[in-house]
Amino acid sequence: MTDPLLPPRLLLSGSQVSSAMDRLARSIADAHPAGDGVVLVGVQTGGVQVARHLARNLEALWSRAVPLGHLDVSMHRDDLDRRLAPAVHPTWLPFELEGHTVVLVDDVFCSGRTIRAALDALTDLGRPNRVELAVLIERRHHELPIHANFVGQAVDTEPRDRVEVEFDAEGNANRVLLEPGGPA
Amino acid sequence: MDWTRKDLLDLQSLSAEEILTVLDTARQFKAVGERKIKKVPALRGKTVVNLFVEPSTRTRISFELAEQRLSADCINFTAEASSLRKGETLADTARNLEALNADFIVIRHKAAGAPHLLGRVLNAHVVNAGDGAHEHPTQGLLDLFTIREKKGSFEGLRVTILGDILYSRVARSDIWGLQKLGARVTLCGPPTLVPPVFTELGCRVTPRLEEAIADADVINLLRIQHERQRKGMFPGLGEYTSLFGINQERLRMTKPDAIIMHPGPINRGVEVDSEVADGERSVILEQVTNGLAIRMAVLYLLNGGHVPPAEVN
Repeated sequence: MTDPLLPPRLLLSGSQVSSAMDRLARSIADAHPAGDGVVLVGVQTGGVQVARHLARNLEALWSRAVPLGHLDVSMHRDDLDRRLAPAVHPTWLPFELEGHTVVLVDDVFCSGRTIRAALDALTDLGRPNRVELAVLIERRHHELPIHANFVGQAVDTEPRDRVEVEFDAEGNANRVLLEPGGPA
Repeated sequence: MDWTRKDLLDLQSLSAEEILTVLDTARQFKAVGERKIKKVPALRGKTVVNLFVEPSTRTRISFELAEQRLSADCINFTAEASSLRKGETLADTARNLEALNADFIVIRHKAAGAPHLLGRVLNAHVVNAGDGAHEHPTQGLLDLFTIREKKGSFEGLRVTILGDILYSRVARSDIWGLQKLGARVTLCGPPTLVPPVFTELGCRVTPRLEEAIADADVINLLRIQHERQRKGMFPGLGEYTSLFGINQERLRMTKPDAIIMHPGPINRGVEVDSEVADGERSVILEQVTNGLAIRMAVLYLLNGGHVPPAEVN
């Protein structure tokens, strides 16, 4: 049972988040040394913030602008009749998917269901050459055979915990909190 | 904010925040309509029954397309084909539809309150597609959406609704919605169709066209339903047009950025002449496009709305 008295605890501090972001950017740059044809697509809403941050880091590594888009997956979720309708945010891709390698970006990867929805949403918008997945935080509670290509930081959590990446006013991730949900 | 309602029955009972939630959601569904693939799987596996006990073509088509674009299965049930003609009550008809596992019932009915009745007796989500002279909430919402797109916000905006207010469910939904969002509403038309009692809803009421349109930011022309106009409500179409029809000359009396709206179908040459209807100030066809987005948004939001436990039979 959930213990309402357990307070949120700090999972990653500001400097740890910053290192995780650097690792994430470097592992993408290692896989794509020149960044040719790579576009970032952040999953609304936390993934968009991470993708913005990541784009800045990659721009420094690649010495060029990194195209960035937003993808909302609400309409493609598999749990729409089990919850209140999630708020729909803008989908905005300022480039064609065809011919590009899309690096999907999310803040927290847990069950894989959001990414499953994101893959379907992306398919409706075009046919990229390749899709890869970059996540700032990976939790190991996969419910689908979907795995991240690039991980900033893997963390040990209980399935019922909530993990929140907090962003500051400039959109930089400044810490990661875990709200304990108790044992499953 | 979260949408928690099971049904969309009217705008009178919605809060300003709830109305804005629908408008915000519809903005994203409008974007879906501009894509190459205009369909999303949000309502996959759901069944929608369009129960149109009063005839309607354009509202039904708009709902039907909205349902298809959400990947729902839909069936159309019209008055002519229905057992309502054989004496079955509305509630029994609806219960039979629900027994076919309908998840949503979109109802148009000549009796005010028919959707509210169904909302109470059914577990299915109910959407009012027009009930008598009471409300037409999705039309009201699409009007609000269109106004917001063109004018940005509602606070202090002046909206004039012109024509047959007395028998108009569109007018009532517009009045409720506009006032909740902070707009000021003026009603104008022949006194028989625009009785002074509407001042009790907080509207300005005037029979003088010039006064009604001079300071308006939005002019919404309601259809004169001449095919079923009650006898004696006004002398004739010609006289209506000469007193209240919007033409180029009258358009010049309005603010230069005032927009012209109409829920359709328009009677060219009656409430509006062709030059104005097709002119650059007219947003009539955009209303049709926006109606589709509003109906998709409403169905999407209702799908997550829960039945309060006390109301489950």
